[in-house]
Amino acid sequence: MIYKKALNLSVTFLLIFILTGCASRQKIEQVLFGGGNDNEADIVSNAIPGSSQDFTVNVGDRVFFATNSTSLDDDAMAILERQASWLELYPEIDIIVEGHADERGTREYNLALSAKRAEVAVSYLESLGIGSERIETISYGKERPVAACSSEACWSQNRRAVSVVIADN
Amino acid sequence: MRTKIRCILTVIAILLLQIRYPQAALEINVNDGNLKPLPIAIPSVIDKQGLEKDLGFDISRVIASDLAGSGLFYPINPKAFLENLNSISQKPNFNSWRVINAETLLSAELSYRENDIVRIDYRLWDVVAEKALVEQTLTTSRNKWRSLAHVIADTVYTRLTGEKGYFDTKVAFIAESGPKTNRIKRLAIMDQDGFNPRLLTTGNDLVLTPRFSPNSEDLVYLSYRNGQPQVYIYNLESKQTYVVGSFPGMTFAPRFSPDGKKIIMSLQEGVGSNIFEMNLSNFERRRLTNTPDINTAPSYSPDAKNIVFESDKSGTQQLYVMDANGNNVRRISYGTGSYSTPVWSPRGDYIAFTKISKGRFMIGVMFADGSGERIITDGFHNEGPTWAPNGRVLMFFRESPGETGGAMIYSVDITGYNEKLIETPGFASDPSWSTLLN
Repeated sequence: MIYKKALNLSVTFLLIFILTGCASRQKIEQVLFGGGNDNEADIVSNAIPGSSQDFTVNVGDRVFFATNSTSLDDDAMAILERQASWLELYPEIDIIVEGHADERGTREYNLALSAKRAEVAVSYLESLGIGSERIETISYGKERPVAACSSEACWSQNRRAVSVVIADN
Repeated sequence: MRTKIRCILTVIAILLLQIRYPQAALEINVNDGNLKPLPIAIPSVIDKQGLEKDLGFDISRVIASDLAGSGLFYPINPKAFLENLNSISQKPNFNSWRVINAETLLSAELSYRENDIVRIDYRLWDVVAEKALVEQTLTTSRNKWRSLAHVIADTVYTRLTGEKGYFDTKVAFIAESGPKTNRIKRLAIMDQDGFNPRLLTTGNDLVLTPRFSPNSEDLVYLSYRNGQPQVYIYNLESKQTYVVGSFPGMTFAPRFSPDGKKIIMSLQEGVGSNIFEMNLSNFERRRLTNTPDINTAPSYSPDAKNIVFESDKSGTQQLYVMDANGNNVRRISYGTGSYSTPVWSPRGDYIAFTKISKGRFMIGVMFADGSGERIITDGFHNEGPTWAPNGRVLMFFRESPGETGGAMIYSVDITGYNEKLIETPGFASDPSWSTLLN
């Protein structure tokens, strides 16, 4: 009985967690891909095709992960598919995939965890036909957060794999 | 009220977990969790020549600060002293020290030699029994006077507790500056009490997790200097750096073996990370784990027969012990939450770790078989314990939350008592305690 209650409770928390996770991800996508803001629309139109700005703004350079997770969700897979299409369009361009973790882990484990995130993203890009010789990886653990607050709003942005275009002009 | 009860419960829990070690004459038990510090009188070191103003006084204050900092001693305020000692050869008037409740008295006299050498003669007196417990003479160059004071404090500590000291030691750490999203991290070193901080790298390359070699001459650490994170060794004397073997992927989480001849570390292999041992004389490498999981943070037992490490093979980070050849892997952590950064005590009895549970980061210790788990500190983020060479005190870092938050280094007895901030010029993380230096 107690177990059942605990299970119910944890399912509820899981749901809340997933829902809030989704909400913040939507927010991030709005920030990254426009979401109706005029200035951002300008950037989209000004980006030189094949530039790193084009890649970041029009394709999406990063995918996000749940706490302690290295699994790609549907959003992440969709972004990686767009990255793969773009990389097919510009076969002379190579990328480095950076793995990152939030601050809620120990330093060395986070290095390994974020390395795994980068590898998972790379494996998916490779499965979509991008040659492994075009992709390098590097792991930053929790050392290079993009958002500095100590709450889920920032942590969810920091648990990421970022594809960085090399050879940009 | 609730915290009071929790406090009392913690004290009872600690008392229940006591293990007794042989005690020295004056009955200080390191395991007693600092309930009754021993009163000690430490007058200013006698300096008849007086060539360097305040040197005698300064030495006495460093000794007093070390001993007080251990939580086991209570240096009596010098203003209460009734007797003024004029010479080390003069026998103290014990009655005048008993009157102010001193149980021990440290008398010392310094004199100056050529080439900036100072000599110090000191005696530790049992005021009650009226006899000398220690009589010693030390010489050193004048600019190493702090180290000299630490050596004397170690001798007093050892004589009165029966435990090895830990004051004449250094701590390697990462000095942090700049914004949280782009921290500059440098290799740094300081005395155990936070004095003499020295930066060893420029901050151009991200560096992490320095660890002392057993002879305290080298540091093994992680650096991004060639792009990929790799394990390097820095020699403190020559200031030279070299990479530890050429590996195809990221190498990280390094530590020296107890004999200093090998490095144990993790190598990233695809999605997993495995533990390897690297022989520093011939750069031969030996694989110790071979699973698709994250296996990292290895640390040898002091007899080098076993290795403790963390692995997420069960789904969460947990602690495992294996034989030094990688065989016979057994899990030792079974509490709620996950466990990380295990470090074997130099005495062999305990393993210190970071525990993550319910969104809180704690420092704890358990016996090497996983029994007797005890949490020493608990909060938003405590991480990365390191042992004092006597295995009785830990340092770790504590990170405060938010944009302006950062890491600071603390020391604490393994009883959980006597937590102290180690003052550093800025934020500081990843402490590693050296062995005794002199």
